[in-house]
Amino acid sequence: MLYAILCYHDEDLVGSWTREQDAAVMSKLAVVQDKLKKAGRLGPVARLLPTTAATTLRKDDPPVVLDGPYAETKEQLLGFYIVDCENLDDAIGVARDLGAANPGGAYEIRPVGLFQPGGTTE
Amino acid sequence: MTDSAWIDAALTSARPQAVGALLRYFRNLDTAEEAFQNACLRALKNWPQHGPPRDPAAWLIMVGRNVAIDEVRRSSKQQALPEDDVISDLDDAEEKLAERLDGSHYRDDILRLLFICCHPDLPATQQIALALRIVSGLTVKQIARAFLVSEAAMEQRITRAKARVASAGVPFETPGAVDRSERLAAVAAMIYLIFNEGYSASGETSEIRKPLCEEAIRLSRLLLRLFQSEPEIMGLTALLLLQHARAAARFDADGEIVLLDDQDRSLWNQKLIAEGLALIDKAMRHRRSGPYQVQAAIAALHARAARPEDTDWAQIDLLYGALEIMQPSPVVTLNRAVAVSKVRGAEAGLRMIEPLAERLSGYFHFFGVRGALLMRLGRNEEARVAFNRAIALANTSAEAAHIRTHLDRLIRDSTAPGT
Repeated sequence: MLYAILCYHDEDLVGSWTREQDAAVMSKLAVVQDKLKKAGRLGPVARLLPTTAATTLRKDDPPVVLDGPYAETKEQLLGFYIVDCENLDDAIGVARDLGAANPGGAYEIRPVGLFQPGGTTE
Repeated sequence: MTDSAWIDAALTSARPQAVGALLRYFRNLDTAEEAFQNACLRALKNWPQHGPPRDPAAWLIMVGRNVAIDEVRRSSKQQALPEDDVISDLDDAEEKLAERLDGSHYRDDILRLLFICCHPDLPATQQIALALRIVSGLTVKQIARAFLVSEAAMEQRITRAKARVASAGVPFETPGAVDRSERLAAVAAMIYLIFNEGYSASGETSEIRKPLCEEAIRLSRLLLRLFQSEPEIMGLTALLLLQHARAAARFDADGEIVLLDDQDRSLWNQKLIAEGLALIDKAMRHRRSGPYQVQAAIAALHARAARPEDTDWAQIDLLYGALEIMQPSPVVTLNRAVAVSKVRGAEAGLRMIEPLAERLSGYFHFFGVRGALLMRLGRNEEARVAFNRAIALANTSAEAAHIRTHLDRLIRDSTAPGT
């Protein structure tokens, strides 16, 4: 089963990391990712640009374009992983490993219903 | 990350909101800063043991406020009670949850904190020093280093600036829409100044002053988080990101300036460029143009050109034309002339800058551009005069060295056989 691991964290806080701190977190995460990749379990990984770069389209009639992210929360969606896992316990285990490499914030673990890496509709 | 590194980052990111709220309670900058310092000390003791609080800023505001109130109570046993308005809003100590959720409240707190640093009585350098100290929380030592002055001199500069702000009175009422947009404009201008302090550095000082650029970007993003639909704040942030993206390519190994046309574009930071382009795209949708957006749009056209010859100079000419109308200035016209010379030739560029000669008679870049245009037209003797004038006006050794390479070329050309 594919799981999406959605990364939430306080954007101001992550933005206050020094370049060295940021690089240290990324290299620790790379260790966890490499392990998953070697096992053939890692799908796309994305780190999103700051929410200040976000735009929201509200699908009202007519649709409304708003500046900023959809949710105004203390913690923002900053990135995500797609990982192939046996079951929820397994997915929580992966999230734990990632969390140990990058403490703070939260991961939302969501089973993937439809996955089209190339956007095909076959 | 170690505990202490994590806590440092948390304290830095919470600082503007926490000091801003404490300033609202105590209405005195020194008291607010001291309360924040005390709260930080407790955080350093408490957080490693009990884990980080869910909302560090709210924690620091509560603790800072309580510690300061305790101190006032303690000292009041020896002296008369302070007047009520010295400690305002004491009653809502239970309302921390409401406080945390009230985004508009802390938005104005942070804006106020930034705004008091822009007091018109303060010279630009003091505004910047004050903002870096109070809002960013850089140490006096760090700020002194960035400004290449002694710590004692910087300490004095900041103390003076604070005294002036205190005597001018801080605007505590919640601003109305007009006030808010005026504050926003003043704060944006100050952030731009901070960036320029870092950006205009060159040679060996550029590395030391780079943190100023990064801090300006952090403040600009912070402002944009608070005012998400302000196209000019998007424009400002985009401008800073796009300019800073070129940092690694702007100087060579010897600290000499590398002009845009000669920069190794593979050294440009593509992540910053992507963010800058995303922001300017968002800003343009609002169709409320302004000087930051136009300048960002110009920077975006440079960023989008994979090679110098791909640069859309005609569009840049139009954008400078728009900027000339919004913000008439001989420096803008000078920049436009560079674009014009690329589109319509050096002759046209030269014609455009001739009327500026008097107003820019003390401006290094005027003579640099004039010399370069004359050189392109083969008017080498006049070019030499202009370059010599530029060297005399150079602000940094890197600027002077750059002009000297042109002069060397002129000499080489004039002694080369067949010319």
